[in-house]
Amino acid sequence: MAFKKNRRSPLAAIIVMAAGLALTGGGYAAATAAVDAVKPVSAAYTAEQVTEGKKLFLANCASCHGKNAEGTKAAPSLIGVGAAAVEFQVDSGRMPGQASGPQLQVKKKQFTDEQVDALVAYASTLGDGPAVPTEEMIAANGNATRGGELFRINCAMCHNAVGAGGALTEGKYAPALKGVPADHIYEAMLTGPQNMPVFNDANLTPQDKKDIITYLKFVEENPSAGGYELANLGPVVEGLFTWVFILGFIIAITIWLGAKSN
Amino acid sequence: MSEKKLAKAGSKNSEHEYAGGLAVIAPDAVKDPGLEPHRTRMTDKSVKHEKAAARQVAALFLASIVGSAFAIYAYFAFPLTEELGTVRNNTLLLGLGITLGLLGIGIGAVHWAKTLMPDAEVSEERHQTRGSEEVRARAIEIIKLADSESGFSRRKLIRRSLYGALALFPLPAIMIFGDLGPNPGNTLRHTMWKKGTRLTTDPTGTPIKASDVTLGSVFHVIPEGLSELEHGKLEEKAKAAVLLVRLDPKDLKESAERKDWSYDGIVAYSKICTHVGCPVALYEQQTHHLLCPCHQSTFDVTDACKVIFGPASRPLPQLPIAVDAEGYLIAQSDFTEPVGPSFWER
Repeated sequence: MAFKKNRRSPLAAIIVMAAGLALTGGGYAAATAAVDAVKPVSAAYTAEQVTEGKKLFLANCASCHGKNAEGTKAAPSLIGVGAAAVEFQVDSGRMPGQASGPQLQVKKKQFTDEQVDALVAYASTLGDGPAVPTEEMIAANGNATRGGELFRINCAMCHNAVGAGGALTEGKYAPALKGVPADHIYEAMLTGPQNMPVFNDANLTPQDKKDIITYLKFVEENPSAGGYELANLGPVVEGLFTWVFILGFIIAITIWLGAKSN
Repeated sequence: MSEKKLAKAGSKNSEHEYAGGLAVIAPDAVKDPGLEPHRTRMTDKSVKHEKAAARQVAALFLASIVGSAFAIYAYFAFPLTEELGTVRNNTLLLGLGITLGLLGIGIGAVHWAKTLMPDAEVSEERHQTRGSEEVRARAIEIIKLADSESGFSRRKLIRRSLYGALALFPLPAIMIFGDLGPNPGNTLRHTMWKKGTRLTTDPTGTPIKASDVTLGSVFHVIPEGLSELEHGKLEEKAKAAVLLVRLDPKDLKESAERKDWSYDGIVAYSKICTHVGCPVALYEQQTHHLLCPCHQSTFDVTDACKVIFGPASRPLPQLPIAVDAEGYLIAQSDFTEPVGPSFWER
């Protein structure tokens, strides 16, 4: 609370303005440095990777996304979507898309890991966009309890409280999150693929995202304490199981009770 | 055809004579099939089968003993510890043991009765519900005697005061309903939002800058200060929860009076479904549909959250928002209509 009060005081505003004026001189350099800080990973891509990526792009993606990734009527522009978006779509096997429909399906990955990296390297040259997260950012060593709370508030309405997935409108669905690699989870939150909203770093900080990944991995590794989960889909599935199996058993017993012995 | 004749015609078909009642027996009534012929069981025909059946019954009872013993063993062998997973083994194995213990007894007893106990068919006829003339006359006699001895018909004052007492007796019970809770007053019409309240993220309470809400973003929002409330935090949250979305301003269809309720394509809507109050939060960023997971009510975020599918009858209330001097999103006022499901006075 003390922090908030300080920020609101008029004195603080004056200090901020003074600091802002003082920084104006070095502003350009600072801005350049900030941009560099945003995508440290892109520096790791070699020129060969970018060239190779461009070749792969022209052969596999350009027919829909345009020769310069500027987008066509069939597909959006990829300028500024960032390396994270491209890695998510291609590495998860969603892109290249197979058929039009309510939602792109996950299928067998179309490229080798090296080819995916090359495409990602090429994508990182197409304007500024979210970079691929580092190993440390996606390591499942955050706070699972906090991650669980954030997941229930921000994600569970579509993806189910334990990430079992769920239906959306008109044939679309939120996929199950079990077995999804941590980097894909991170990139999906950051870029909002298809109908998923974007959860940028102001909404869910990198630490929040790490906690959410920790929670999902915890749920994956710790099976339900209540026994068989029946796909974690909740009361409908549990009710169906009871109707079919438990009531079926009771009916069988009733028939046996009424039948005469041979 | 007279009733008597009908009864006679019916009685020809049935084995038993019924004295006159109200039932009409149709002349072409379905014939009483009677008991099916007795069939001798294998256990009655051969000693070998009888012995086998006896062994099966004993085996079922023995299985029950094993089951019960196993349940006791499982209780100690798979104890509940701090680890959550132990609940599963404990419950499963204890339950299986008890199930076997109970089913063994039940199935054994039924098998015993079906195969070894006498199976001669016996039929028991229903008797008439109408009493004989003597019984009926005697009943009337008793009622009349009670009436004359108590003076119930004669003493009008007593009788009428008793009626009055019985009529008033349940009323205090109805009065007690008033104690079920305080009247909701105007709490259903107002939420924590007021002019200048900052929009903060749920659950951290961080204020949200308009610039943080990028295109396609969705923020789950609570009013500033909600987390610090000491009383009624959940009640307030249940009313004040808001969903914040940024759309391309081109996509927004805004009416004239709501033109200044949004900020640069950022719109805030109540998260409480107008059907039965579930949190509506399944936002699709390409179609701008907002779906309620409970009954699939779907709202169109581009068009004032109008209902486009499902059982909800009213659009989601919109929270008018603005930006303060520091760039943070604030509410212009409370919601202009009650949030959540309909109630009888709105």
